Amino acid sequence: MADPMKIRASAKGDVVDVRVLMAHEMETGQRKDAEGKTIPAWYISEVVASLNDKPVLKAHWGPAIAKNPYMQFKIRGGKAGDKVTISWVDNKGDKRTDEATVS
Amino acid sequence: MKTRTARAGAAMAALGAVLGAIAIGAPPAAAQEDTKAEIERYREMLQDGNPAELTVLRGEGLWKEKRGPKNASLEECDLGKGPGVVQGAYAELPRHFADVDAVMDAETRIVHCMVALQGFDKAEITKRPFSGTGQRATDIEALTAFVVEESRGVPVNVPQQHPKEIAAYQRGERIFHYRGGPYDFSCASCHEGENKRIRLQDLPELTKSGPAQLAFTTWPAYRVSQGALRTMQWRMYDCFRQQRFPEMVFGSEASIDLITYLGVTAKGGKMDSPAIKR
Repeated sequence: MADPMKIRASAKGDVVDVRVLMAHEMETGQRKDAEGKTIPAWYISEVVASLNDKPVLKAHWGPAIAKNPYMQFKIRGGKAGDKVTISWVDNKGDKRTDEATVS
Repeated sequence: MKTRTARAGAAMAALGAVLGAIAIGAPPAAAQEDTKAEIERYREMLQDGNPAELTVLRGEGLWKEKRGPKNASLEECDLGKGPGVVQGAYAELPRHFADVDAVMDAETRIVHCMVALQGFDKAEITKRPFSGTGQRATDIEALTAFVVEESRGVPVNVPQQHPKEIAAYQRGERIFHYRGGPYDFSCASCHEGENKRIRLQDLPELTKSGPAQLAFTTWPAYRVSQGALRTMQWRMYDCFRQQRFPEMVFGSEASIDLITYLGVTAKGGKMDSPAIKR
């Protein structure tokens, strides 16, 4: 199973600043191993962010995103105590969901 | 939305090229100051989103999970402040443990708990204590990251009460100053005396309280250049390698003695680890 991600969400006025660190190898499919064989591509393909279970962001990612991706975005209309949920799915179908409470 | 892409590496390389160009034109001293400032700026840029945070989360999971032949968690592990107390424990390690009548550092103690509580084979789990460049952290590294995170902000207070703790400090001090190997080097060759540096890296004067605090409180750290979390045991292991000393055995008395020496010198510094370093 995939490793947990680190989510930090803080409210300033009615804007919530969300910072997410995800644990993922993010293989581009361009690299070769010691034997010269191509390491298959393995990357997060879709990210969904929700505020109190209402989707606010959906991103389609590809192999150009670096290992252990860091993502930052702002949500208007949030407040302290709200629940931020982040989910990702990778190109192998592995998935992970974590949530945090806005501070 | 802001993401860090693979292009960031290229940007850093370009920055390096620019720095190189400046260094040729400017007087040497000024160039050195500029480079130092740029290194500081680079370190600043790294602070948000330390990948070590992911290792901490994994370590916390491992700590609470029932594992090993005895199917037990590490939640009863005594790190020196009583069974199950993790908060602030790292700042007071290495210390003497009555149950084994020996001085142990954080990593040795974690291994001890994995053997005693979970029934793991010591030789098996310490065969590869450190991860390779860019590889997933080992269990020991992840657990250490979690334990040290629980001491963030806590002042360093490595005890010097038990005779064995005092002996460890004294041996550590001797090893620190012991010259040997093909280079006739000691730890002190690099880490004693003011304003020493290797290439552009300033070398901390580890016999002084201030630099020792900075060093002790920021290890373990995520090493950007290696794409991996590095622990204090690794730091000692790699210093020995750089001196061309015989390979340091993980958890050996010599390693614990050196960590004790550094920890006692660093008394009062506030733990700020896992940190992130170049």
